[in-house]
Amino acid sequence: MIEANNYCHQSRDRHIVIIGNGIAGVTCARTIRKKDHHAKITLISGESAHFFSRTALMYLYMGHMKYENIKPYEDFFWQKNRFTLIQDWVTQINYSEKRLFLDQSSPISYDILIVSTGSIPKKIGIEGEDLMGVQGFYGLQDLEKMEAKTRAIKHATVVGGGLIGIELCEMLRSRDISVTFLVKDAHFWGSVLPEEEGMMADRHIREHGVDLRLNTSLERIEGSSDGKVQNIITDKNETISTQFVGMAIGVTPNVSFLKGGDLSLNDGVLIDSYFCTNIKDVFAIGDCAEFKENPGVNRKNIEQVWYTGRMHGETLGYNLTADRALPYKPGVWFNSAKFFDIEYQTYGFVPAASREGVHHFYWEHPGGKVGFRMTFDKHTQALLGANSMGMRLSHPFFDKAIKNGWKINKVMSRLVEADFDPEFFESHINEILKAYNRRFGTQISHQKPSFWQRLTGTSI
Amino acid sequence: MKYLQYLGLALFVGGLVLFSLVPFIGEFTLSREIAQEKLKPEHSELLKQLSPMYGVTYPNQVAFVSDFNDYFNAYNEELKAEEKWDEVIYEDYAFSLTKASGHGPVQEYTVLFFVAALLLPILGALMYILPLHRKEPPGIKNDGIYFSSMKNRGWLGILTGAYLIAFYVILYWYAEYLTNLTVLVDGISKFLSGQPASQWFLYGLLYTLAILVMGIRMFRRYRGNPYQIIRTYSVMFFQLAFAFIIPEILVLLNMPWHDFKNIWPLDYDFFFDYRIEGMLGSGSLGMFMLVWGIILIILGVPLFTYFYGKRWYCSWVCGCGGLAETLGDPFRHLSDKSLKAWKIERYMVHGVLVFAVVMTGFTIWNYFSGFGLLGDATGMLHQWYGFLIGAAFAGVVGTGFYPFMGNRVWCRFGCPLAAYLGIVQRFKSRFRITTNGGQCISCGNCSTYCEMGIDVKWYAQRGQHIVRASCVGCGICSAVCPRGVLKLENKGEKGRINEHPIIIGNDSIKVEK
Ligand SMILES: Cc1cc2nc3c(=O)[nH]c(=O)nc-3n(C[C@H](O)[C@H](O)[C@H](O)COP(=O)(O)OP(=O)(O)OC[C@H]3O[C@@H](n4cnc5c(N)ncnc54)[C@H](O)[C@@H]3O)c2cc1C
Ligand code: SF4
Ligand code: SF4
Repeated sequence: MIEANNYCHQSRDRHIVIIGNGIAGVTCARTIRKKDHHAKITLISGESAHFFSRTALMYLYMGHMKYENIKPYEDFFWQKNRFTLIQDWVTQINYSEKRLFLDQSSPISYDILIVSTGSIPKKIGIEGEDLMGVQGFYGLQDLEKMEAKTRAIKHATVVGGGLIGIELCEMLRSRDISVTFLVKDAHFWGSVLPEEEGMMADRHIREHGVDLRLNTSLERIEGSSDGKVQNIITDKNETISTQFVGMAIGVTPNVSFLKGGDLSLNDGVLIDSYFCTNIKDVFAIGDCAEFKENPGVNRKNIEQVWYTGRMHGETLGYNLTADRALPYKPGVWFNSAKFFDIEYQTYGFVPAASREGVHHFYWEHPGGKVGFRMTFDKHTQALLGANSMGMRLSHPFFDKAIKNGWKINKVMSRLVEADFDPEFFESHINEILKAYNRRFGTQISHQKPSFWQRLTGTSI
Repeated sequence: MKYLQYLGLALFVGGLVLFSLVPFIGEFTLSREIAQEKLKPEHSELLKQLSPMYGVTYPNQVAFVSDFNDYFNAYNEELKAEEKWDEVIYEDYAFSLTKASGHGPVQEYTVLFFVAALLLPILGALMYILPLHRKEPPGIKNDGIYFSSMKNRGWLGILTGAYLIAFYVILYWYAEYLTNLTVLVDGISKFLSGQPASQWFLYGLLYTLAILVMGIRMFRRYRGNPYQIIRTYSVMFFQLAFAFIIPEILVLLNMPWHDFKNIWPLDYDFFFDYRIEGMLGSGSLGMFMLVWGIILIILGVPLFTYFYGKRWYCSWVCGCGGLAETLGDPFRHLSDKSLKAWKIERYMVHGVLVFAVVMTGFTIWNYFSGFGLLGDATGMLHQWYGFLIGAAFAGVVGTGFYPFMGNRVWCRFGCPLAAYLGIVQRFKSRFRITTNGGQCISCGNCSTYCEMGIDVKWYAQRGQHIVRASCVGCGICSAVCPRGVLKLENKGEKGRINEHPIIIGNDSIKVEK
């Protein structure tokens, strides 16, 4: 705990400037505004005037939505909450004078500065990466570029078997562009998904007509004389002629404009568990922040997902307006994604590879599109984590079960409560239970819902 | 497959064009015999007035109707000038006389026209629909919706909307121009009810066909989503059986036309004297109609809505809902999600409810006080409600505006029954859309595809359950959510409304949203 006065600048009309209007920066601004009605709050972003949902960018390309639809708040929201919005790029920061320099507009002074500049796509550093038609996918400008470069093309290549990679495949397939998908690992998203889930994803990716190449990486890219991408060459020395290359090998904190300054950086902006950087009144949150120390067991120092950005923003916003600042303590890990049509959810600790002391229970539907996994402590039988593919699980249920270390037998006996699939969907709980009983020799069963419960549709 | 689909599309469009031309085919000749047969005995004076038309062959019905209206109006004007108020004719003879006077290819080759202008477009539509998504795995099929001219207010959408609006306007107020179309379906009508087809029969048939054909489209589109499929079966069944076949059979049995699933105040004339008298004059079945209708209003609506939410009616049973969920499905994302639209919606829909209640109150009072009091005022109210709400809003705007403002314009802004169901749903129901902890990524799919214009993500992203009067429980928000965040369910009332949610996942602090 840190007393407010030691934590940050305190004055009635303090000016809080936030660089980046993503989920981290905006959540922070909103949380501050709830308690502090006087502070002047400014949000700066070069990318867009208003906050939009980065996670929904793919749907613009696919024609599911238009830009207006992916703004989490209506435009009047900003003025109503007295947030000043500036669309411009910050080029330089003078920390001793507490001043920001912008690309187009005049400099701004701040009392408190929050860096939430997100990420940028990683580069491999191979030949041909700068050719026309080769690009990463992170922001609105990337989307525009992709829109222009994929118009009327026949074939595209996606490099990198992670979430953005598979999204790129889905986007391109929605426009009937044939896609070759290069994945370095033995199955899709090998760093996160256990084999069974990974293979299910592989099958489904192929079902959508993607030419999936596992255990394959990109060697170099060849261009035509006018600088356009023409071929890619893989590490297996295959040459594939292509007109677009989507690079999705990961993201890295967007901190290049901070380099060479006084702010201490590693990959991201280095922070302690209070989001404090090495400079007083300068904080960092979201994708661009790097904890000096692990924020929790089995957590990473840089976590580039939506939910952590939100929690960072929430916690820092609370700290900046509280009498005492509290350290960031993330709860049970959770995340979700969708691989074409298969939804994926994960809770707690589910390692991709086998680990000492961690046991797995996995069930898969014979159709091969639904799967459920639990991990538990070998000795205590306590639930450690869960994965689901093609079925929806209740977040509150697993949050509670993992946090309280429920034994897996207890989890199983109450699994109906975790079913979050829509009404009338085939329930998989009984099949999972059967498989569980078979494997562990238990006889756990669920009470059948009464006629009345079934009639009124009350599940529990 | 692609070619089959193109062929289907061609058949559909071709058939639709023919359908639109049918009213202009053939000639029209009135004879004294026809007039004598169609006019009520008390109006035999009119026979003389119309005599210049006898034997004259008009090349099309526009000319015919124009002449008829001239003679008819002249006659009425005369009576008015002479202040013979009780002889003025209010009956609508234009439709029946025009229909009886038509002759030509449509009357001679009715079956052929029936096949070409009605069956072929249906066949074409099915040829287009059945192969849809055949090679694709089940999943959300929203690709390219915002690039589509039809679905994103492009010229095709505008054309479709304009066509629908024009069709409705003609149907409601100028049905005498559509008589040839009713000729096509006379056979079916006579088979069901023993009566020739009126414009309302034609309308009911087209309405039912639209729900059935586009319902099949729903099966293709939402393959793998049992909630959508079962719900679609339900609306198809209720439309076909309750709104179309049973009422016609009642007519065959000399009973008043009655839709047993229609509920006041959507069924706004339920308490009008002619309806009450119709029911009271139809023996025990008529008595049942009356009692059943009242039970639905005072018991059915609150009870079912308590257990299931208003969806039990709006997206499982109702005819307007049925059309919206099938024919209107391609347009659901066009609803306005702004806070402003929500404000307007609340004023309008509750305003219509008040209007309907006041009007019905007057009607019932009048009924018991022997029509002496307020007779004229009630008549005026009936007329205005029928014109503004019953025809213009529910009909023309309700369907014609699909391609402009989404498929639930009427349900959202105008339906008094939806308002009533909504009040129950908001304040006393077990139905809610549960938000799954902190899994929302604010992507906006749910809000975009909510036909009622509910900004679902506004709730989901702050971890709040969605409890809204207007939610019709279509379940699409849950279907399109890529992160499995939304679940429609009926559960205990405890914890249903959480206005100060805390998103789980962050153990540092607890911040109310
Ligand atoms: C395609 C895609 C899909 C994703 N899908 C998911 C998902 O499904 N689930 C999930 O959990 N996560 C997902 N993520 C990750 C998630 O979007 C990010 O973790 C999250 O958006 C990071 O939020 P942030 O606020 O830290 O930064 P950002 O959202 O990146 O916001 C930072 C903003 O700061 C601006 N900025 C940067 N530098 C400057 C400067 N110098 N001057 C002015 N402005 C500047 C940037 O332009 C940007 O607008 C996805 C990411 C991408 C790219
Ligand atoms: S909130 Fe969901 S279920 Fe309710 S009307 Fe909107 S889309 Fe349908
Ligand atoms: S569709 Fe799902 S993830 Fe997207 S905003 Fe709605 S609830 Fe959130």
